[in-house]
Amino acid sequence: MDFIALAISAVKIVGLVFLVIMPMVAYAVWAERRVSALIQDRVGPNRVGFQGLLQPVADGLKFILKEDFTPKNVRTGYYWLAPALTMVPALLTCAVLPFGSQLFGEPMVIANLNAGPLFIFAIASLSVYGIVLAGWASNSKYPFLGGVRSTSQMISYEISLGLSIIPVLMILGDLNLGRMVQDQSVNGWLMLPLWGDRFSLKGLLLLVPVVISFVVFTVSMFAETNRLPFDLPECETELVAGYHTEYSSMKFALFFLGEYAAMIIGSGLAVTLFFGGWSLPFGWLSWDGKADIPWWQGLIHMATFFGKVVVFILFFIWVRWSLPRFRFDQLMRLGWVFFFEIAVINIILTAGIMMLVK
Amino acid sequence: MALVVRRPQLKWWEKIYLPVIAKGLVITMRHFIRTLTGRTKVTMQYPEEKWNDQLPEHYRGAPALVTDEQDRERCVACQLCEFICPPRAITIIPEEIPSEDKWAKVEKRPLAFNIDMIRCIYCGLCEEVCPEQAIFLRKDYAITGESRAEMVHDKARLYEVGGRRVGLVNKWNDLK
Amino acid sequence: MADDLVNVQIDGTWHQFPKGTRMIEACRQAGVEVPHYCYHPKLSSPGNCRMCLVEMGMPPRPKPGEELARDEDGRLPIQWMPRPVIACANTVSENLGIRTESALTKSCREGVMELLLINHPLDCPICDQAGECRLQEFSVEHGTGGSRFREDKVKKPKNVDIGPRVRLDDERCIMCSRCIRFTAEVADDPVLGFTERGSHTTLAVHPGRRLENNYSLNTVDICPVGALTSTDFRFQMRVWFLKETESICTGCGRGCNTEVSSREGSILRQTPRENNEVNSTWMCDQGRLDFHYVNSEARLTQPLLKGSEGHRAVSWEIAVKTLADKLAGFESSKIAIIASARLTNEDLYLVRRLAQQLGVKELDVIARFGEDDGYLVAADRNPNSRGAVLVLGLDSDPGSRISGIRRDIESGKIAALLAIGEDLTSPEGGFSPALLSQLEFLGQIHHTANATADAAVVVLPGATSFEKSGSMVNVTGRLQRLAPVVPLPGEAREDWLILRDLLQALDGGNGAGSSDEVFTLLAHEVSAFEGRTLASISPLGEVLIETGETVPLLEREKGRIAKGEIVG
Ligand code: SF4
Ligand code: SF4
Ligand code: SF4
Ligand code: SF4
Ligand code: FES
Repeated sequence: MDFIALAISAVKIVGLVFLVIMPMVAYAVWAERRVSALIQDRVGPNRVGFQGLLQPVADGLKFILKEDFTPKNVRTGYYWLAPALTMVPALLTCAVLPFGSQLFGEPMVIANLNAGPLFIFAIASLSVYGIVLAGWASNSKYPFLGGVRSTSQMISYEISLGLSIIPVLMILGDLNLGRMVQDQSVNGWLMLPLWGDRFSLKGLLLLVPVVISFVVFTVSMFAETNRLPFDLPECETELVAGYHTEYSSMKFALFFLGEYAAMIIGSGLAVTLFFGGWSLPFGWLSWDGKADIPWWQGLIHMATFFGKVVVFILFFIWVRWSLPRFRFDQLMRLGWVFFFEIAVINIILTAGIMMLVK
Repeated sequence: MALVVRRPQLKWWEKIYLPVIAKGLVITMRHFIRTLTGRTKVTMQYPEEKWNDQLPEHYRGAPALVTDEQDRERCVACQLCEFICPPRAITIIPEEIPSEDKWAKVEKRPLAFNIDMIRCIYCGLCEEVCPEQAIFLRKDYAITGESRAEMVHDKARLYEVGGRRVGLVNKWNDLK
Repeated sequence: MADDLVNVQIDGTWHQFPKGTRMIEACRQAGVEVPHYCYHPKLSSPGNCRMCLVEMGMPPRPKPGEELARDEDGRLPIQWMPRPVIACANTVSENLGIRTESALTKSCREGVMELLLINHPLDCPICDQAGECRLQEFSVEHGTGGSRFREDKVKKPKNVDIGPRVRLDDERCIMCSRCIRFTAEVADDPVLGFTERGSHTTLAVHPGRRLENNYSLNTVDICPVGALTSTDFRFQMRVWFLKETESICTGCGRGCNTEVSSREGSILRQTPRENNEVNSTWMCDQGRLDFHYVNSEARLTQPLLKGSEGHRAVSWEIAVKTLADKLAGFESSKIAIIASARLTNEDLYLVRRLAQQLGVKELDVIARFGEDDGYLVAADRNPNSRGAVLVLGLDSDPGSRISGIRRDIESGKIAALLAIGEDLTSPEGGFSPALLSQLEFLGQIHHTANATADAAVVVLPGATSFEKSGSMVNVTGRLQRLAPVVPLPGEAREDWLILRDLLQALDGGNGAGSSDEVFTLLAHEVSAFEGRTLASISPLGEVLIETGETVPLLEREKGRIAKGEIVG
């Protein structure tokens, strides 16, 4: 019995990580390049395979074949550890994301944890160690500055990130991501309360704090994943390539992929919290988690989830190629002076609405 | 006197930047859609589409040496091009023309003339500086090779690419 | 105000010069360059190129009884002459005025340039002089940029073989006659002269004679154009690529000051540098061309150790260690060191330290003697014999112990020999390979493969005089500096560095980190050098000891200056 449960878990882990997340990471890179090209009136990689679809394979091959160069004065152990430390947390966090409803009676989540969001934040905050270690172990000034920037940035934005989802938790009254989605599936998404219980005065009023919360969450997510406009740790105009300046070959690729993996997980979390995860809008094919559902419905739910994630990733890319980079002091100001306060006020606002409006 | 730079006073909605961010997003989206639907086309798909028939008169491709009507090599190894070449792509070893040669009166010619095409930046200064009208930038632009050595054009290769060029000033004739 | 100073106005400013100064020199001292071709301070001034024409003025001659009004500085008014004068042959006088930038002067220069270029070929691309050609320079500075000449140019002989080292191109000659005057006045070998007249004037070598004296290449230096070129340097490299290094010639004890031109690590030519205490502005052909061995294939580039199958390359550490161990293994009375008077003082100082360290008594250098040619070439053909005597502290004439060493080797009294900078089998060395084979141990430090190295157990690659910095003392007792011109080939090292490492291996390390430091150590120990540093030696050298020797060529030059024939 235990063995079967383990086996199923293993299948889910391998399937999700290697068949879904990793290819998604690879294709996120491809999408990034193609979309950025189109935004800039260029073409982008379109040679390897149809429309350049095999480009990620070629890139991967290239990274593996490149000389793995370790500079002389680095602190070798940490230097080697750092890339792994950025990649692993990103992949770990996907354990609690419900990427589907149910398939053949199995809930489509690796670990049905009762403290999903907390687990994600706990693990995600570990990824900063990868960057800090990379910056410090490289024993070179630009990586060092990159590492320092990354630390302060991560610490600052983790606070607003955490605070920003408290209203969501208050409204849904649960910490289990799976049940949060089921709730939204039946009662309406937080960002689209147009059916079920949430299609009421209270639900619509709560839309105000939810939107604020979503904005704060998304922006903090950008900062947490070091994406432009908050990519100051690697800001090439000032720091060459920031914390990964001294890295080459597959070690560099790990940083690169870690960033994209974090982006996917971030998108998944945003989708789960605000856009009803795997559920379709208007209560179609909704599932309250009680009775089993046919397998095709499960598949549709999974497709829905990943569809939403893809849309989110495209949004990430779109923003990156539209906005200029912030200055570091602006970044800090934004985090501490605005988002922190807004998130706190937002909590009070939500509480007020929930208390006053029945 | 200190110069006071007047910064524009921003309204509050300008200060939160959201409108301009939205505006930026719209602009990039517009470019995205235009390029996606093929309404903007800037890049040429190189090996399939080529520029050959539209190369302008002044196009600067690979530099090459030329001979004159009498098949005399025009270059006298004055090394001015070697001197002017910004990336130092040119290396010349001069030699004296042996007395039994038909053109012994010219006295000097290059023994070796190498242009490292990995270094050449196609600036055309060599053509401009040459007092003998011996080196010209051709329209060839696809200069490839499988090794560094192959990318160094030696004298034979330079004459092969350059060929004979007629209608130039002929300093050396029967009189001189 | 001293009596022999006169007031001269040059381009509106008043200066004072000794009476008798040539106008061209006065202008130069006042910082105004008057273009010229035929004038050369070390040669007579025939005034035949007319390039140096300037406008001249003098006080007007007063009417009888009239007194010329002086201005507040006491100067008389200047009346400018309607016709220009040549600045190279006229001397200054009181209240003289010179205008070097007036309209008249300018038009004179334009005219002279245009006439000089009438028959001049468009040869610059193939002409070796291009880049240092006075005709090019003055054409740009003072020419009009165009020619009104529509006839055919006069044809003259080109590429004429007038001597073993000099090539003549008559079309490029501007008939300044500098070369003729040099051969006649300085080299005392008047083989050049003009034939024909007018546009057809042609420089020619006397029938049946050739320009082959040992100073012929100086004509190439003084020829303002590319008419005379050096066969050796011809078509080797354009001058604008050359890097110039100031050094001295080590061909003989005179130590002529030189400028060595190199490009990318190879030496291409050597030219004299003016030093009126040593070589005036000349040098001999033999010394000038004595640099080709530097680029030779036979250069030693790796330390070699002799094994059963001949020499094999080893690392410096092993080679130096082996040499030190071998030498230390002999009784000091069985060792001899033969150094070279071609080494620098710094090298020789370390040789002295080495001898002290080993307790070696048999220490000498190889002497080289030839004939004093009465010009520059000194009888002593070693560049640093004086230095060797001073630094090594030799108590007899250099080279006098060599025959004794030879005998001792034969009798077996000497078993180990270290040769530094000398091939002992050369005629001057006089050691036969058979004699060398009687030694138990032979070591050599030298820059080029040679018969001594063949016999040596340890061979260390050293530097030529073009690759090291250091100092030498010439026959007249002048301390002069050598500068490295090109980098050392392969793993070869400067001799002082090799000797320092050897000393360190023998436990007597002195810790010197540069030849400058070695010189400082030397200055502490040898009284003649006291208070000097290598860097403080002027580029023209300085007198170290009085030897009473004179330079024949300089003596004659002084005589001609005294007679007013030349400026000097
Ligand atoms: S085109 Fe420019 S870079 Fe190329 S060889 Fe000529 S001078 Fe050099
Ligand atoms: S190509 Fe022209 S510029 Fe270059 S060396 Fe030959 S003659 Fe001189
Ligand atoms: S002599 Fe001077 S001007 Fe005449 S060809 Fe030579 S470089 Fe040109
Ligand atoms: S060969 Fe040169 S130095 Fe001699 S006369 Fe002619 S220009 Fe003058
Ligand atoms: S320099 Fe005076 S005439 Fe030639």
